[in-house]
Amino acid sequence: MTRRDSYIGTPVERIEDLRFLRGRGQYIDDLNRNGLLHAAVVRSAVAHGRIRSLDTAAALALPGVRAVITAVDLGDNMPTIAVRSESQPSLDRVVQPVMARDKVRYVGEPVALIVAVSAAIAEDAANLVTVEIDALPAVTDRRGLDADAVLLFEECGSNQAATLSAVRGDIERAFKEAEYTRRETFQVHRHAAVPMETRGLIAEWDAARGRMTLTGAAKVPFFVRTALAKMLGLPEHAVDAVETDIGGGFGARGEFFPEDFLIPFAARRLNSPVKWIEDRREHLMATTHAREVECELEIACRRDGSILGLRGRAWTNLGAYARPNAVTPSRNLAQLLPGPYRVPHVHIDVALYVSNKTPVGTYRAPGRFETDFCRERMIDLAAADLGIDRVDMRRKNLLTSAEIPYALPTVLPYGGSGEFDSGEYVVTLERCLGEFDWKTKVALEGRLIDGRYHGLGLGCYVEGGSAGPRENARMALDAQGMVTVTVGASAVGQGLETVFAQIAADALEIPIDHIAAVHHGSTTGIHEGFGSFGSRASVMGGSAILVAAENLKTTIRAAAARRFNCTADEVEVVDGLRAVIAGQQRMTLAALSADGFDAAGTFSNSKRTYSYGAHAAHITVDAQTGQIDILEYVAVEDVGRILNPNTLHGQTVGAIVQGLGGTLLEGMVYDDEGQLQTGSLAAYLIPCAVDFPRIRSIALEQYPSPLNPLGVKGAGEGGIIPVGGVIANAVASALVSFGVQPNALPLSPARVWQMIQNARSPGVA
Amino acid sequence: MKLPAFDYAAPQTLAEAIELLVANEDALPLSGGQSLIPILAFRLAAPSLLVDLRRIPGLDTITLSERGIGLGARVRWCDIEADQRLATAHPLLADAVTYIAHYPIRSRGTVGGSIAHADTAAELPGIAVTCDAEITAVGRNGARTIAAKDFFTGPMMTSLAHDELVTELRLPPWPAARCWAFEEFARQHGAFALAGIALYYDVRDGVAANVHIGVIGASAQLQRIAEAEAVLNGRAVDDAAILQTAQAAAAAIDPADDIDAPAAYRRALVETLTARALKRAASRPR
Repeated sequence: MTRRDSYIGTPVERIEDLRFLRGRGQYIDDLNRNGLLHAAVVRSAVAHGRIRSLDTAAALALPGVRAVITAVDLGDNMPTIAVRSESQPSLDRVVQPVMARDKVRYVGEPVALIVAVSAAIAEDAANLVTVEIDALPAVTDRRGLDADAVLLFEECGSNQAATLSAVRGDIERAFKEAEYTRRETFQVHRHAAVPMETRGLIAEWDAARGRMTLTGAAKVPFFVRTALAKMLGLPEHAVDAVETDIGGGFGARGEFFPEDFLIPFAARRLNSPVKWIEDRREHLMATTHAREVECELEIACRRDGSILGLRGRAWTNLGAYARPNAVTPSRNLAQLLPGPYRVPHVHIDVALYVSNKTPVGTYRAPGRFETDFCRERMIDLAAADLGIDRVDMRRKNLLTSAEIPYALPTVLPYGGSGEFDSGEYVVTLERCLGEFDWKTKVALEGRLIDGRYHGLGLGCYVEGGSAGPRENARMALDAQGMVTVTVGASAVGQGLETVFAQIAADALEIPIDHIAAVHHGSTTGIHEGFGSFGSRASVMGGSAILVAAENLKTTIRAAAARRFNCTADEVEVVDGLRAVIAGQQRMTLAALSADGFDAAGTFSNSKRTYSYGAHAAHITVDAQTGQIDILEYVAVEDVGRILNPNTLHGQTVGAIVQGLGGTLLEGMVYDDEGQLQTGSLAAYLIPCAVDFPRIRSIALEQYPSPLNPLGVKGAGEGGIIPVGGVIANAVASALVSFGVQPNALPLSPARVWQMIQNARSPGVA
Repeated sequence: MKLPAFDYAAPQTLAEAIELLVANEDALPLSGGQSLIPILAFRLAAPSLLVDLRRIPGLDTITLSERGIGLGARVRWCDIEADQRLATAHPLLADAVTYIAHYPIRSRGTVGGSIAHADTAAELPGIAVTCDAEITAVGRNGARTIAAKDFFTGPMMTSLAHDELVTELRLPPWPAARCWAFEEFARQHGAFALAGIALYYDVRDGVAANVHIGVIGASAQLQRIAEAEAVLNGRAVDDAAILQTAQAAAAAIDPADDIDAPAAYRRALVETLTARALKRAASRPR
């Protein structure tokens, strides 16, 4: 017998880890099938050009090769991959075909698919395909919007694919009335999620039943099923998308990619199961990139530091095509520009343009990381100009609980704005400053000690979570009293099985080891699901579990009432879901039903939760090498309600490390011809376990969300949001004697060194 | 990322290995495989035959004698790290090896493999050149000894003939009183060096003598920087000498621009690292 909330809020060890740490996980490449064939994708080595010829004869002649599939095989109606969220009609013209037919638009674009009896032979054959391409000039940056720029899609007449704006108040008035304004340009560089496990798929065609099973789906299996069924010309119920264990997703993995069509297409055509495992070099050029944006921003303040308005323009580089999540980063960048601050007047226009680079998509805190960098830098710059302490400037402008709910800017052309749900934003800031001992450490600012300049950085953020519209859960109680939970949300490594087991055990008032299994994601277990993105899984899936648990108890009480001949209200479920009583009558559930019980639950919510927090960092800069070292990093967040302090801590520290990687180490670099220069992990540096050891993360639950019965808020992304701004602010603080203002990421040693050189000899370089 | 097809042999003797190389003109020897295997995975090489050296006896020993330090070709980085004698017998070598790559790579990567691969950013080739090491290679015509400066002919290029295998790297004896330091800058521990400086000198009559300064990572050629050595030879190692030596080192090298570092930055790194190495060398208690 347990009481309510025996598990929620406690550091239950991750159930998943037992199988992961014992090597019993089942990742996609662990799976085998009888008669399995292996695929390799032939990819364009040219960034932009017209395909003149494609010679597959030598590849086909290689022993062991079963098929070489090209655009010709895909017919006249080449399937394209639709934009999943926030589409606009103009984006339909720049969606990605599953294979290039006439034109290639990025290095890595699929031009043919080899299927062979082994992956090695498939790769051998891929090298034998001769693709002749008449190269066109490559568009790699915002110069692609110039009038004379070469066009990726001639029929569109421009490389601008879409625009959107975030608006609030009367921006003209704000700038007219302002006593202080400043304009700055910021840049965030292209980098990517780079999960530890690359993508992979196994497609199986059941010719007799006309069914397709795609194993290796992640994040949004139900969306993948819908899209795939349509592209294959199959009814939706004839397609299943199945999740496996996944070595990280971070928003990139699991969206619909060309291979999600090509591999099933090959399996059906060859009537044989086909596996494809993305290798690391492919991953770096084929899986979505993220973050590349330029932002011209202007702030309007009163002399006392009150922010009146933020306005500006941003240009986001979409890469070659609008993939399913092409818009979300730009949308978030615009809407979250004011962040947790009281900014009455906002107007930002964002232009989304295509270029000859890998298409972009969402990556943990899409748009939010970028926008936080721009805004938090701007606040530090404005505070310095106004002679106001940067902490005080933030204190003054943070929203208070009395002002919340507080409407976000409206994003056009979509409309609707949403509002912050709950919080006292200054609490996390003060707690962060206290934990960090800001008051003492601030004396170190700009000081040169043992050859290193010391600097402090600060930043605040809000994180949007719990994307709707709904989520579903099913619960089955067997005659032995064991409960199986099935949820439409997906596991991407975040510890979902543990957290859902905690919620289910508490809701049913049973020991957690009576939860036999938590199934998630796959289309085979539940009629509908929405997946894991936008920090939604715990909020939406967890709430659906609560609903299902109540429904399960109701079902049991109704059955008992019929047996006891009483009303359901008189029935009590006792003994940890093993017996029912009503008055003097008592019966075990096993006796009540040999088949057990089951029930389903749906939780619907279109409003977003907003976790929030503050980060502070103490760094040193070696002015001679440009090296940045993190001496201390403190994060404080309020997530509404802490479901599991262990998994939350892991999420936050992991997100911070990932943010430090993006800020200091990572970068997808292209040359002017659109060739990716960072095609291996020797060139694309990701943070290792030893790189950033001094991170402290503190979570609060003072302001639960009013939007769901758990009171919980999305918390998987917050940790990464302010990192770029915090570190850049710390660099400016360390190098205050040079007047260095880092307004572009990444802060690589060479760039930091260059900024110092430029500051030493103004006008040069 | 699958390797291209190749034949594989793991001969028991050096003579057999050499015979296999002689008989197969596009065969490649395989030692620790920490560079070669990724090269194959990226399909930058397609040898018909890999001649694995792992069964050949006698190549995995570290010998200390009055002739200096002998490192067998199959000695791994972790073997050097574990050999306590080297901390005094050749502290420059022992220190430089700690910068090499990551733990799993250090447990497989070998002396011979690194020397033959001849990456200009690699630590051991840099130490070999700095210390005037000798490399013993054995081929169909027998053994020969090659001075390090003649061995490394360019980036990833050596004077080894196709049928020759490195069997030993020999570092000259190391006087206990020698001043030395190794300084390297990489974007991440274990990543390729953007620049590195290995140096030593002996103090005679209060001034630096026998100055050796070698550079890795910042130059197209593994080399000693004669111009910088000349500045320091015969001078007391004071702040002015350190500065001038470092400036001479930076002026003498010819770094390339790449995505990690513009040439000017690498040049500045060489100056900084040289100065830091000299300060460290001069201040280390002996």
